[in-house]
Amino acid sequence: MARTHDMGGRPTEEPLNLHEHALADWEVAADAVAQALGARGIRSTDESRRAMEDMPAQDYLTLGYYERWVRGTEQLLVEKGILATEEIDRKMAELEETWGVS
Amino acid sequence: MRTPTYVRGKQGWVERVHGEFRNPESLAYGGDGLPRKALYMVGFRQSDLWHARYRESSGDTLYVDIYEGWLVPADSAEGTGSG
Repeated sequence: MARTHDMGGRPTEEPLNLHEHALADWEVAADAVAQALGARGIRSTDESRRAMEDMPAQDYLTLGYYERWVRGTEQLLVEKGILATEEIDRKMAELEETWGVS
Repeated sequence: MRTPTYVRGKQGWVERVHGEFRNPESLAYGGDGLPRKALYMVGFRQSDLWHARYRESSGDTLYVDIYEGWLVPADSAEGTGSG
């Protein structure tokens, strides 16, 4: 039984979107944070892949590429006791209030 | 688990030995990745992987990098695929 991310060779009727697209600022930031954590030895590519590939199928299939990266990075930081989920949620709520978005 | 499902149980050949690297299955959980594992570049015939669904040239080849733990000698393969 193939896991969710193991998509090679799976039949689909959906056309593949092969167009390049410009990265949003938050996507560049998501990459930068992951690279910086890697440079400090806090996170590795193998760990990030595992964190992303263990995600529930419904989440994996609905999140975009860098949304998965963010989720994977969060998972590893919580696992390693560097951040707590409550801290992240509290900061998110603060930012949403400051910027008036959700 | 990064050995694609579509090559499991299929027969291929070792095209090249890349060398020994820290084991990604240990690294993925924060381990030291030791002992190192040999990594092979394994060739498969596309027609063996996709059967009738593959309609291109029968000589086409797919190469996948696979760690030694995922490989067994072809004459002892227990896989559910072509051997």
